[in-house]
Amino acid sequence: MSGSSHGSAKNLGAFRLKGAGRLTPARTSRFTFDGKSYTAMEGDTVASALLAHGVHLVGRSFKYHRPRGILSAGPEEPNALLDVARDSARRQPNVRATVQEVFDGAKISSQNRWPSLAFDVGSVNNLLSPFFPAGFYYKTFKWPREAWEKVYEPIIRRAAGLGVAPKEEDPDRYANRFAHCDVLIAGAGLAGLTAALSAAATGAEVILVDEQPQVGGALHFETSTTVDGKNGFDWAQETAAKLAAMPNVRILTRTTVFGYYNHGFLGLAERVSDHLDRPGRETPRERLWQVRAKRVILATGAIERHMVFANNDRPGIMLASAARTFLNHYGVAVGRNVGVYTAHDSAYEAAFDLKRAGVSIAAIVDCREQPGEAVLAEARALGITVLTGHSVIDTTGRLRIKSMTVARNGNMDIRKMAVDALIVSAGWTPSVHLFSQSRGKLRWDEASQRFLPDIYAQDCVSVGACNGTDETDLLVDEAISAGGGAASVNAERRFGWSGGMIGAAEGAGPDTRVKAFVDFQHDVTAKDIRLAVREGMHSIEHIKRFTTNGMASDQGKLSNMHGLAIAAEMLDRPIPQVGLTTFRAPYTPVTYGTLVAHSRGELFDPARKTPMHDLEAAEGAEFEDVGNWKRAWYFPKRGEDMASAVNRECRTVRDVAGVFDASTLGKIEVVGPDAAQFLNLLYTNAWDTLKPGRCRYGIMTREDGFVYDDGVVGRLAEDRFHVTTTTGGAPRVLHHMEDYLQTEFPHLKVWLTSTTEQWAVIAVQGPKAREIIQPFVEGLDISNEAFPHMSVAECAVMGVPARLFRMSFTGELGFEVNVPADYGPAVWTAIWERAKSMGACLYGTETMHVLRAEKGYIIVGQDTDGTVTPDDAGLGWAVSKKKTDFVGIRGLKRPDLVRDGRKQLVGLLTNRPSDVLEEGAQIVADPNQPKPMTMLGHVTSAYWSENCGRSIAMALVAGGRSRIGQTLYVPMKDRTIAVEVTDTVFFDKEGGRIHG
Amino acid sequence: MLLIHCPYCEEDRSELEFRWAGEAHIARPDAIADITDEEFAEYFFLRNNEKGLTYERWRHIHGCGRFFNAARDTVSDRFLMTYKAGLPKRPVPGVSATEKTVETYEQTEGDAR
Amino acid sequence: MAEMSSPAAARTLALSGVRGRAASLAVTPAAPAERISLRARSEDVAALSAALGLELPTRPKTSAANNGRTAHWLGPDEWLVIGEGEKGSGLMAACVASGVLHSAVDVSHRNTAILVEGAGAAAAINAGCPLDLSLKAFPVGACTRTIFGKVEIVLLRTGEESFRVEVWRSFSDYAYALLAEGALDATF
Repeated sequence: MSGSSHGSAKNLGAFRLKGAGRLTPARTSRFTFDGKSYTAMEGDTVASALLAHGVHLVGRSFKYHRPRGILSAGPEEPNALLDVARDSARRQPNVRATVQEVFDGAKISSQNRWPSLAFDVGSVNNLLSPFFPAGFYYKTFKWPREAWEKVYEPIIRRAAGLGVAPKEEDPDRYANRFAHCDVLIAGAGLAGLTAALSAAATGAEVILVDEQPQVGGALHFETSTTVDGKNGFDWAQETAAKLAAMPNVRILTRTTVFGYYNHGFLGLAERVSDHLDRPGRETPRERLWQVRAKRVILATGAIERHMVFANNDRPGIMLASAARTFLNHYGVAVGRNVGVYTAHDSAYEAAFDLKRAGVSIAAIVDCREQPGEAVLAEARALGITVLTGHSVIDTTGRLRIKSMTVARNGNMDIRKMAVDALIVSAGWTPSVHLFSQSRGKLRWDEASQRFLPDIYAQDCVSVGACNGTDETDLLVDEAISAGGGAASVNAERRFGWSGGMIGAAEGAGPDTRVKAFVDFQHDVTAKDIRLAVREGMHSIEHIKRFTTNGMASDQGKLSNMHGLAIAAEMLDRPIPQVGLTTFRAPYTPVTYGTLVAHSRGELFDPARKTPMHDLEAAEGAEFEDVGNWKRAWYFPKRGEDMASAVNRECRTVRDVAGVFDASTLGKIEVVGPDAAQFLNLLYTNAWDTLKPGRCRYGIMTREDGFVYDDGVVGRLAEDRFHVTTTTGGAPRVLHHMEDYLQTEFPHLKVWLTSTTEQWAVIAVQGPKAREIIQPFVEGLDISNEAFPHMSVAECAVMGVPARLFRMSFTGELGFEVNVPADYGPAVWTAIWERAKSMGACLYGTETMHVLRAEKGYIIVGQDTDGTVTPDDAGLGWAVSKKKTDFVGIRGLKRPDLVRDGRKQLVGLLTNRPSDVLEEGAQIVADPNQPKPMTMLGHVTSAYWSENCGRSIAMALVAGGRSRIGQTLYVPMKDRTIAVEVTDTVFFDKEGGRIHG
Repeated sequence: MLLIHCPYCEEDRSELEFRWAGEAHIARPDAIADITDEEFAEYFFLRNNEKGLTYERWRHIHGCGRFFNAARDTVSDRFLMTYKAGLPKRPVPGVSATEKTVETYEQTEGDAR
Repeated sequence: MAEMSSPAAARTLALSGVRGRAASLAVTPAAPAERISLRARSEDVAALSAALGLELPTRPKTSAANNGRTAHWLGPDEWLVIGEGEKGSGLMAACVASGVLHSAVDVSHRNTAILVEGAGAAAAINAGCPLDLSLKAFPVGACTRTIFGKVEIVLLRTGEESFRVEVWRSFSDYAYALLAEGALDATF
């Protein structure tokens, strides 16, 4: 029924004024609020649509569960936070009713109430409020300590929370876009549009951003401003159309500049489809813009403050500019008999507009003795009662304001005036949030009682109301100048504005106990702030945290200045000395969806697959994650669990042979006449003695002497090495090598190239390995004599250029066939077909781990932990004694690295062969010693070894090699396991098989 | 997010393409095998961590791949200059490291004038 | 290495099975190509250029193409040279023939390429790439190594609205999927 007309019987709301506002009844939509159905007009926000139907009560407050209404008409809204849903998955809590546009079918609910909005059990907190002062939770729920996490916090969270997060996965799409521009302009009101005209005229690439659906900013309500002889809002739309037609201008509406970071980097959140009745399936819901701007013009305007007086939070009480927006833009009257309470001239104009629209104005109550003369005269001309030097000191009405209590300042004479809405203004706070985020420094302007931009940290300029520039002609000049070009804009506002106050108003001073709200969203009153000061909080940062003033999701857009003024008064210090809390991104809440953007599902993180991945999956492989790689873990046959599959694979490899995908091993090609010399410096071993066609196991240490990586290095030619690294270590090893090559050894003529992904690597290991690969290898004699263990050669395999390694990580006769990656599947298939026919198996990383442990081969990062030297790991033989330099040579000589008693890698055999130790378990000499026990080390690797017929383990143990033969103990939760310390080779101790 | 001038690419590029690589101008001793424990500690472990002007190494790892040096103000995060690896440390006119104390939270907060 | 005339083994390309959507903006896998990572000192560039039959670019972010070969400047001593055609055009051999000091490493199978072509191509890439891809900052022929979402790519602008994205093969599924997302978003 979207957009279609329902005929004339549509109920657009009793408070929708004919002829007022800019919306047209041509298109309407239906939505529900707490189950009741309403009609909205196209362009309505949830707030304007509800107000049109006379609905002010929209929520319950955070702490006291007080009834709350709509306070503002913009993103600063602290009260009207609603749950907005399209369906059960597309549901978002804490949506500001003043920002969310109505879409057809929206299901909107109030929050933080039970069982209903009008009757809320939680509101007992309001009656108990004397017992909930600021800092109540900190003081009350201190003991017992354990109860906080389990009892207090969950209860408090349930009682005090705002909305409820959806449980279903978010089905919407979110997008990300990086963009660049010469000038980014935040805010498309009079100042921003004028600056855009000026900047665009220079040919600069301009991005103009505004959070509202339409440009215009304050011109949405500011009907007494004319620009170039036109109504201000109309001028704004025409100007936007003109700008949009320019190739160098991009206008983003419904887009919030939420963060201004280093070096001209800004985060923008664009609401792409939240306002659409039927968003396309592929339309993103929101788009994150990451913009790098050479210059930034801040034209973010100002935010009106509320008045701080007793019971200033009843539904029906709202900002004067909001009432004016609802009237002039949405055609909605916020009441039929409206009171005005102000300290600023601007609220008078709201009264004028309402009065002209036929709304009765009970009175303008102005706490100042002398308002601006022009507005005073106009009020009189319109026949509006103005009570200067008066204040509203209280209100009545449970779910909606019924009356305001007015008193002459300093006088006890009061009168109660019936109202159904009360609009308030304490003046305007420049929106300096983005300026502050950019690390700009503010200054306090005593005359106008506001903080204004002072020292800029980036190439940025503030124009208009956010810069404290109030007069339209000055504002326009400032904006044109900021744009750097020229523009002809003539703006006039009928009334000059003056006035404003910060802090508690009459009747809410230090001598009172009334509830005068400063921060609506967190239920912080003037009294709470005073209490914080009395209890010793003297820094505004402490006061903020003690009271939580300004810490809600609106970040104190309305409350910060009031809170500061009340604290300053209590501290008897000038405001600038009390200081201002720091504004932080985001300016308004940003959904996780927007921040995450594309990074979900398959795009959360790259899943790296080897060329043979699909073939392995087809063979039933289970995969494990190794970094971003998916590696075949084991290949269960029908009916096999992991243990039986691994046991079978382990047996088969040693009895026959196994085929293994080793493609993920890091590979670096080291090329150049100084390649051997470079490797001499980067590895502990000597490389100049390695002959082309041979391989060697290498250990890499860092400068501190600890093992950093290991791998087999093959020398293909005098000037060309094929280096392998651990799977996880590949990027950091290359980075480490590049670091030394570029910055310490730049004189060496050698270059490094990552070839990890160039090669598919098929390892064939086991007694029949040679027989399996023999028919595929062309142009190379792979007999034991011609191609012994640790050989490498370039040859052809199935007609494909290949690098063949004779090497082994299993202790068996083994080959690693390297072919260009695209050929991997075909070669794998052929080798596996033949291997299978000979009784071999496929095996995965788990079997690889067991087989290497049976041989005592270490895994860097498992059997070492960054504090293990080559000697600790039993690899002292791999450290050259002859070299005069290599990375780690000095570190290895440090006293602590050469002392006796260091932890050394040893084997452990449990007394009971069936006991498999837990990796990470601690090892002690005497299990009966008092706690805390002296721990000698820990288990690094432990497996059931099918080939040994028992469990095996490796461990780092203090003085380990000298303890071989001793019995040590591994205390576990339920028992203590006795183990014998052994060497690390459990299978084929003579090592004959590898040379088979 | 920082914008970093790569002296090899001769262009400002996003921080996303770079990796920080520690303090700059710490030369590996020529005869490293022979230095004392104290000299080794000075070379390998001890860093100045100065507030204000610092010299540090960056690598344009997802760009040209080169390591280079940068002078950065750690308070404002402003890059005062970047220059190629191997070039000598260059003074930044009128700028020096301010002090070596670490700012407290209170000092950095509420800093409106 | 030069590939042999008719291998018994067939190739399985990364991104096989992936089809770009028929739209104004197409994201499609490129044909296989011969690639080398070439490293050399500046004094040897001229000889290598002569041997390869193209002028190895020495300015950052530039490329040079001739006779079906394209050389991409990646760093002050580093080029990615791509030769069209699955069999390749003997890039390794040409470098050897230069007779000057260099490092040439075959990376034909390490990388795969994705072509992004059509209106909004730059916007699609900017879904994950932080570079300024305006024609002013990144003209036709510009190339660089950069970041795309969570993976590294080499980006070449082949036309005003066409790019070649070189990516390591195991990252190509990710790169393709993100490009497809970006392409979809670029149309809004």
